[in-house]
Amino acid sequence: MSSTPTQAPRAAAEAAAQSANPPAGETLSGAQIVVRLLERQGIATVAGIPGGAILPFYDALSASDKIRHVLARHEQGAGFMAQGMARATGRPAVCLASSGPGATNLLTAIADAKLDSIPLVAITGQVPRAMIGTDAFQEVDTYGLSIPITKHNFLVSSAEELLEVIPRAFEIAASGRPGPVLVDIPKDVQNQRIEVREWPEPGRAQPAPPADAAAIARAVDMIAQAERPILYLGGGVVHSGAAQLAVALAETASLPTVMTLMALGAMPVDHPLSLGMLGMHGARCTNLALDECDLLIAVGARFDDRATGKVAAFCPGAKIIHIDIDPSELDKIKTAHVGIAGDVSAVLQALLPKVQPQFRKRWLSHVAGLRAQHPLQTPGIDDARTHYGLISAVAACLDDEATVATDVGQHQMWVAQAYPLRRPRQWLTSGGLGTMGFGVPAAIGAALAEPSRTVVCFTGDGSILMNIQELVTAAEEGANVKIVLMNNASLGLVYQQQTLFYGERIYASKFQAMPDFVKVAEGFGIRAVDLDQAAQPRVALAEALAAPGPCLIHASIDMNEKVYPMVPPGAANKEMIGG
Amino acid sequence: MNATSPNERSALARAVLELDVNNHAGVMSHVVGLFSRRAYNVEGILVMPVGDGAMSRIWLLVNEDLRLPQMVKQVEKLEDVLAVRRHGADHAVFERLEEFFRA
Ligand SMILES: Cc1ncc(C[n+]2csc(CCOP(=O)(O)OP(=O)(O)O)c2C)c(N)n1
Ligand SMILES: [Mg+2]
Repeated sequence: MSSTPTQAPRAAAEAAAQSANPPAGETLSGAQIVVRLLERQGIATVAGIPGGAILPFYDALSASDKIRHVLARHEQGAGFMAQGMARATGRPAVCLASSGPGATNLLTAIADAKLDSIPLVAITGQVPRAMIGTDAFQEVDTYGLSIPITKHNFLVSSAEELLEVIPRAFEIAASGRPGPVLVDIPKDVQNQRIEVREWPEPGRAQPAPPADAAAIARAVDMIAQAERPILYLGGGVVHSGAAQLAVALAETASLPTVMTLMALGAMPVDHPLSLGMLGMHGARCTNLALDECDLLIAVGARFDDRATGKVAAFCPGAKIIHIDIDPSELDKIKTAHVGIAGDVSAVLQALLPKVQPQFRKRWLSHVAGLRAQHPLQTPGIDDARTHYGLISAVAACLDDEATVATDVGQHQMWVAQAYPLRRPRQWLTSGGLGTMGFGVPAAIGAALAEPSRTVVCFTGDGSILMNIQELVTAAEEGANVKIVLMNNASLGLVYQQQTLFYGERIYASKFQAMPDFVKVAEGFGIRAVDLDQAAQPRVALAEALAAPGPCLIHASIDMNEKVYPMVPPGAANKEMIGG
Repeated sequence: MNATSPNERSALARAVLELDVNNHAGVMSHVVGLFSRRAYNVEGILVMPVGDGAMSRIWLLVNEDLRLPQMVKQVEKLEDVLAVRRHGADHAVFERLEEFFRA
């Protein structure tokens, strides 16, 4: 790769920011090369934990004045911090771990990124090449372990190769359907010194191939002919930066619009065409409208089982237009009448001018009727000491510039239902893998990537303990995260399932012992407020959210509250319980 | 394919996939992993380098079931897979080998 021809000069500003190609070449170690390549990628913050096999890299990183290293307290935390950065900005983010336990600790965060299509570059140290396969100290087959949970992975065999692999890792992570890429670098490769004469271009997202124009034309006809169409937006709309286009399509063609958990924020919840989240915990009106539609326009969505319920009964009378950048998503779960493989932004851009403005008075008024008859029920929303009330009170203190992260459980679903999300990338949640422990580190990562925003993390008493150690990272970094702990003294979502579907045989879901979370937070060095003790919870909340830096806000929630409506696992979406 | 007896198995329709791939140590794991983690049995595998050895060709003999089109799309997504071609089960590549596989 050192003989790659110089590429056309980039924009002046970008060129100035990058070090010029040395005429004579520099002799650098593999570790220094990686650091330089990360700098040239524009990476400003990385999160990780050092260890023996990655120490040459850390040594080189210590000399960088362009990259800030955030020391996580568990590699999973580092992985989720990188995810928070990537989810908030849309750009690939980097996490680091050493070999063996460092690498295995990263795996959950990588798998999570795979399922939610988040661009991540994980760099792991590996034992020296000569020791690979000898059961050396802290040797695990990181390459083999990461195959099924990465978009792609590399085991680097020379310093020379790094010049190709690192930019390629970023290109793969960001191109097409984004995803995590792992680069495993043996220690001796990090130490190997080579002469570098020319630097490769940073890896960037490659444009997707153009979509089939004939298919787009057929989609236009189907939209014109439909009487009861629904627009179904998925995370791909957010990844592709297509939220505005999607809203424009909905407005032009009078399309009531539903969103997956991953797409929340793509269309503002209070938009007249928004029906909010569909599926297992969607409002009744949302799932009932879907049941009646005659055309479903799926955009960047993958017909996940939490969204569709029993697939055979999902939108039973509908024709399907499916637009997705990943061809393998087309016809995977539901056969589309028109499948369009392409970047959803580009496809919507091509589609939109061809769609005749249409006002579907009957369908819209029918949907309005469903909404009036079967709205989302949010009991207690005016009382800040209830689950919905607390969420609504937090939202009342913030504007749309705030970022909202969650952990996994009932609290996550309540926030998805009730927080007024209005901005793409405002919402950071673990959708596909549903990983408890995601929230706190992801919120820290988002706050580090976008320091001007307030980042709220709604968490549960179960989830927060899965990455509680990162509170000290938040304190150390002064990250502007406000952690709202909805404490129901239980693994609430499990308790709910046991109550509803396992004959109320409650087992292993109620906590016997409960830490004093306020003391725990203070012990980690962050401010803490107990809303239970506050005479005026709204005032205490507003103060806690307004003060800069990290803060834990503790609030007790009734254990017996449920997430309603709920589609029983395996049932059709119209068979909702409650709500 | 645990639910099928050996007799049923041979009665199933077969397909042959021909893959052009980069030739390095991890490629076989990537390809075979896609099948194994979906409990999709690969009945036969052949791999040899082609040309100067930078690339290999992988021949897979697989049962033709409803999931095959999805499998092909998944294989096409692998970074190290350059092309996938699908052939009928009667492709000469495995038939000529049969004499090496008598029980
Ligand atoms: C890492 C992990 N382990 C287990 C689960 C299964 N699970 C889903 S929700 C949940 C309970 C979450 O409890 P908590 O964080 O207190 O949230 P709550 O439901 O009480 O609001 C569990 C155990 C999971 N999603 N992730
Ligand atoms: Mg709980």
